[in-house]
Amino acid sequence: MADRLRMVEAVRETLRAELERDDSVVVYGEDVGRAGGVFRATEGLLDAYPDRVFDSPVAEAGIVGVGVGLAATGLRPVAEIQFQSFLYQGFHQLAQHVARIRSRTRGTVTCPMTIRTPYGGGIHALELHSESFEAGFAHVPGLTVVVPASPAETAGLLTASVRSPDPVVFLEPTRLYRSFREEVPADHELPLGEARIVDSGEDLTVVAWGSMLRETLEATAELDADIEVIDPRTISPLDTETIVESVRKTGRCVVVHEAPRTSGMAGEIIARITEDAFYYLETPVERITGYDVPVPLFAREDAYLPDADRIEAGIRRVLDRN
Amino acid sequence: MPREDIAQFTIRSVQVLAEDGTVDEDLAPSLSDDELLDCYEAMKRARRLDERAISLQRRGELGTYAPAIGQEAAQVGSAFAMDEDDWIVPSFREQSALMVRETPPQQILEYAMGMEEGAEIPVDEHALPPAIPVGTQPLHAAGVGWGEAIQESPNVALTYFGDGATSEGDVYEALNFAGVYDAQTVFLCQNNRYAISTRLEDQTAAETLAQKAIAAGIDGVRVDGNDVLGVYRVVSEAIERARDGDPTLVEALTYRRSMHTTSDDPSVYREAAEEDEWEARDPIVRFQVYLENRGLLDEETKATIDERVESEIADAIDRVNAARDELDPADMFRHVYAEQPPELERQAAAFERKGDRDG
Repeated sequence: MADRLRMVEAVRETLRAELERDDSVVVYGEDVGRAGGVFRATEGLLDAYPDRVFDSPVAEAGIVGVGVGLAATGLRPVAEIQFQSFLYQGFHQLAQHVARIRSRTRGTVTCPMTIRTPYGGGIHALELHSESFEAGFAHVPGLTVVVPASPAETAGLLTASVRSPDPVVFLEPTRLYRSFREEVPADHELPLGEARIVDSGEDLTVVAWGSMLRETLEATAELDADIEVIDPRTISPLDTETIVESVRKTGRCVVVHEAPRTSGMAGEIIARITEDAFYYLETPVERITGYDVPVPLFAREDAYLPDADRIEAGIRRVLDRN
Repeated sequence: MPREDIAQFTIRSVQVLAEDGTVDEDLAPSLSDDELLDCYEAMKRARRLDERAISLQRRGELGTYAPAIGQEAAQVGSAFAMDEDDWIVPSFREQSALMVRETPPQQILEYAMGMEEGAEIPVDEHALPPAIPVGTQPLHAAGVGWGEAIQESPNVALTYFGDGATSEGDVYEALNFAGVYDAQTVFLCQNNRYAISTRLEDQTAAETLAQKAIAAGIDGVRVDGNDVLGVYRVVSEAIERARDGDPTLVEALTYRRSMHTTSDDPSVYREAAEEDEWEARDPIVRFQVYLENRGLLDEETKATIDERVESEIADAIDRVNAARDELDPADMFRHVYAEQPPELERQAAAFERKGDRDG
């Protein structure tokens, strides 16, 4: 690779590289073959690997469920669910089988499956095309939940996900699919379960992922303060240490996500900060999140999604408190 | 032609061994005397394990248990039809079939005692663990059968589920996926007439369950599920078709003579007269009459088999009791991920410390 790619192209080139590298990789999902995926994330793969790329019936439980069987025979299923909300139709297979087959068989059956799905808002799509359910997936022991925030990160994390011995829910921020290009090195693999310190700073820590990372960086660019920005990248299992170390240093923290506030990942992250960095805090941690409402249809979507202004205001509040 | 009939279907029903123990020689499978006796012993072993398990549960030594009493022909006949490398994908009532393969009675009991050890897959065995959520595992079998086809392997997946499961969307998705991908899969529906308390007529308006295959474009066939030779024959044929990429739904018509699980009381939802009727059609009795008529089974052989089965199960109970006494609760932390994440490591350490910090 080493090309300047958009995120959606990074997905495609990563899948191509993994199909090429490993004969056991199979790619399937609704419209991923002839059409190349509704976002073109799998364009050209069917032509290149006609025996291992498949259009599937429109059946999300089926897409997730057959993965258990494919994996049992030694294959590495990489499935696409067309939009994250439609993974709810396969959630029972995910929670009842995919996530727990390793533990309930004491490691004698595993499910090294990757489920990719476009996630999050900001593209003015139809109803139920903009959800952010990472906390729901993170609540299922045995799953690895990944959210990349750039083309290079997508390549590195998706490579690691396909190669992971455990099932991965790979949530691709739809809004970032075509938003910018970035140099993507060839055969790029990044560790799962390790956060990235995007910007180093001393005054305050912001934890943000997916498209909220971009909004955060836009916000911090407006501020004079020395802000540390952390992208957990793997939502579960979460890299607590990097976040806690940072907060011990800065004493101030803001957690940002576009998912609804209640029972969102910010709650978990703040709980961990409270357990391990409470005496280092100079002021309460603040959450900038979506509201506890269903994501509105797109005419009101901008009102729902946290943006750089809200994040900037939140950071200022936490910085200004004594 | 503005109106014409463009699709028709028929469902065939097969019986080889009649209720009176006579056999249709044209349809009888070619099984050796030893194989027939093995089959009989497997059915007896399954029946006895279920009986012992129910009494252990009643004494508080076992958790909830789902007996398959009355379904031994459906399970044993089908499991005997599999090749060694074929896959068995069970629900939670398939102890009779699993024991024909590589799963020892000890593991059946371990699972019923709430130990994950019971769901471990024996080395070199092609099996998935019991599936508790109704109707979820046929999708796994569709995936196995598809995966074997992708890898050009001859292995077939045989999955078991009940009449209630056919109401689950996942089962239709499984049949449909199998049809689309030419999956090397056989779907065996044991129609035992009851989904816990719900009778078949309250489950579906379909005349047969086999016809549910038709909408998915795959073959459907019914067999007398209390006829071990018929089940063996029909499932053998379905397995051979599956090796060529043609999946089949087999409906084995049987009767759950016992409870759904040890947690329910069938007398609440069905009449004793009905149970008596099915006692007369018991699959083991029928097969026994056949074997006696063929001169394969005399009182001495029966006694030898009964003793062997009894002692195997007694040994299994002793071993599982010993295993339970040595159970390490911290094992629950060990197999969640291939590599234990730091947070889980921390929780496991806190668990070991007990009473110290909880995380």
